[in-house]
Amino acid sequence: MPYITINGERCKGCGLCTIACPKKLVAMSETPNSLGFTVAVFSGPEMCTGCKLCAEMCPDVAIAVFKD
Amino acid sequence: MSEKLFVKGNEAVAMAAIEAGCRYYFGYPITPQSDIPEYLSRGLPGLGGEFIQAESEIAAINMLLGASATGVRCMTSSSGPGISLKQEGISYMAGSELPGVIVDIMRAGPGLGGIDASQADYFQATRGGGHGGYRIIVLAPASVQEMYDLTMLAFDLSDIYRMPAMVLADSVIGQMKESVTANPRPATALPDKDWVVRGRGEGQPQRVVKSLYLGDGEMEAFHWKMHARYQELADRECRWEDLETGDADLIVTAFGSTARIARTAVAMAREAGMKVGLMRPITLFPFPKQAYAEFSRRCKRFLVIELSTGQMVDDVRLSVARDAEVDFYGRPPGAGSLPTPEELFGQIRKVYP
Amino acid sequence: MRQVFARPESLKDVQTHFCPGCNHGSIHRLVAEAMDEFGIRGETIGVASVGCSVFLYNYFDVDVIEAPHGRAPAVATGAKRARPDRIVFTYQGDGDLAAIGTSEIIHAANRGEAITVIFVNNTTYGMTGGQMAPTTMVGQKTSTSPSGRNQAKDGYPIRMAELLAQLEGVGFSARVAVNNPKNVIQAKRMIKTAFRYQVENKGFSFIEALAACPTNWGMNPLAANERVGDEMIPYFPLGVYRNTANL
Repeated sequence: MPYITINGERCKGCGLCTIACPKKLVAMSETPNSLGFTVAVFSGPEMCTGCKLCAEMCPDVAIAVFKD
Repeated sequence: MSEKLFVKGNEAVAMAAIEAGCRYYFGYPITPQSDIPEYLSRGLPGLGGEFIQAESEIAAINMLLGASATGVRCMTSSSGPGISLKQEGISYMAGSELPGVIVDIMRAGPGLGGIDASQADYFQATRGGGHGGYRIIVLAPASVQEMYDLTMLAFDLSDIYRMPAMVLADSVIGQMKESVTANPRPATALPDKDWVVRGRGEGQPQRVVKSLYLGDGEMEAFHWKMHARYQELADRECRWEDLETGDADLIVTAFGSTARIARTAVAMAREAGMKVGLMRPITLFPFPKQAYAEFSRRCKRFLVIELSTGQMVDDVRLSVARDAEVDFYGRPPGAGSLPTPEELFGQIRKVYP
Repeated sequence: MRQVFARPESLKDVQTHFCPGCNHGSIHRLVAEAMDEFGIRGETIGVASVGCSVFLYNYFDVDVIEAPHGRAPAVATGAKRARPDRIVFTYQGDGDLAAIGTSEIIHAANRGEAITVIFVNNTTYGMTGGQMAPTTMVGQKTSTSPSGRNQAKDGYPIRMAELLAQLEGVGFSARVAVNNPKNVIQAKRMIKTAFRYQVENKGFSFIEALAACPTNWGMNPLAANERVGDEMIPYFPLGVYRNTANL
């Protein structure tokens, strides 16, 4: 199943990925990274189609997308 | 044998730039220097060069910055008002350690002023001119031959010391015609430009030409580095011409067109039995302090003559021994204000000890 | 499993200083992707402007020349004329390009300089703390238009993509946005077209990219992003305004 990884140290918690995912699989967490930004988390690999829209929206290239 | 020509000072500058290997010129029309872009608009394209008449002197100096960053020899030229517009760009070039030749054919100012000869931009040229406390090399021709030779020298010094170099003349020297020997480009040893921005290619380190230094202590270090470079210039590159200063009781000192007039007045004084010498600085930065200091060990009287109300006189006062006296005579720029030799001879008589 | 989305090679693997939700980061990536696609990183010279994007050289793995505020198109002209075999691009903000640098951009475009200009329009001077810019919307409050831009005194926001499209020297002029996935994909295409103009020597190319500036708009990133769609795009319509080579 396609999935994404979010580099917590690069994420600035802007949330743009959360509105990009057509299936709402990315949400903002409460956990801060070392700079104090609360980072985004990927919640459901089962539904992910690897469409990359979250990664396309991310201004910080914090998301990598994997697909077979 | 080099060709002998009879050309205007401005044209000599353009010809020398080409001989020096300059293939990129960015300029803008302004009296009294427009012959320079006009000449190069004819000359450069045929040599595979680029001539651009920019939309402003600001654009022109920034084109110079961009071209210089890629390592080519390039030039711009203007007069006072345009040189004022270029100051920010010159400051950026100095801050980015970029070579480049800027020709300033001074005219009367401030403001729109006039198109007559002036030397009242001396401070603008020799004190950096823009923000940041940098200096630039300033060469002052007093003949059409020197317009030719000093332009070539400006390119060499600018490349060697990696800083902008200015050829500072005025409308008299720019517009007058004299015979010129079109000397070949001197075979000066030049450092290779390993800092050039060129597209870094595979496996090469990125190169950045910039003047932004935000790191701790970085900016201060840059200033001290440039300070040392200016000192090196002062130690090695001061140039001047002095006539009959050995036994002089009074040394008249002037640069550029004023020095030509003063030369005649000094000859008149000598004929009248007065021991008068002439000191003509050619490099205004680095200013030949040492030379003045040595003259003033023996000669205690100096007369500085400028087409202004007194600017170079400050540098002379800073250079001579404390017990030497420095008088000043100035004719600020404007129509009909060029002094005559007789007028200067009168001043010599007035201050002669 | 293979990676189908990764940082473009032309973009350095570093954290940027941009604020959360600032679109400079996204636009940087799209430009870097275009460079990767054409394989031109090694022959590219970037010209950095003065503004939030002044650290171009920290993020793009290409040679960079820093230009004084507003003068990048002139610096790029000098560089491209001296090295016509190189790819030269400028990356400028709205204060840099549309205010102090208006003369330089118009004349570089009018001369048809073979350079690519990336113009980021976020309606404000970001780095200096959110002052009014030539693209500030009418009624928009900024640190120097505290009661909102008043067109009677401050004039109207300037539409650069259309303005440059009038000039014969211009090959390509388009406006894009990155406020939603569809627009990002479109922006990616437009930016590649702009670089293709230069790679195929078809003349001057210009991209105006609308961007959010949450910090200086005083909004959270998502609200700022909405504002791009709700307020900016209606006034700054997206699209291609000139495409002489039909690329």
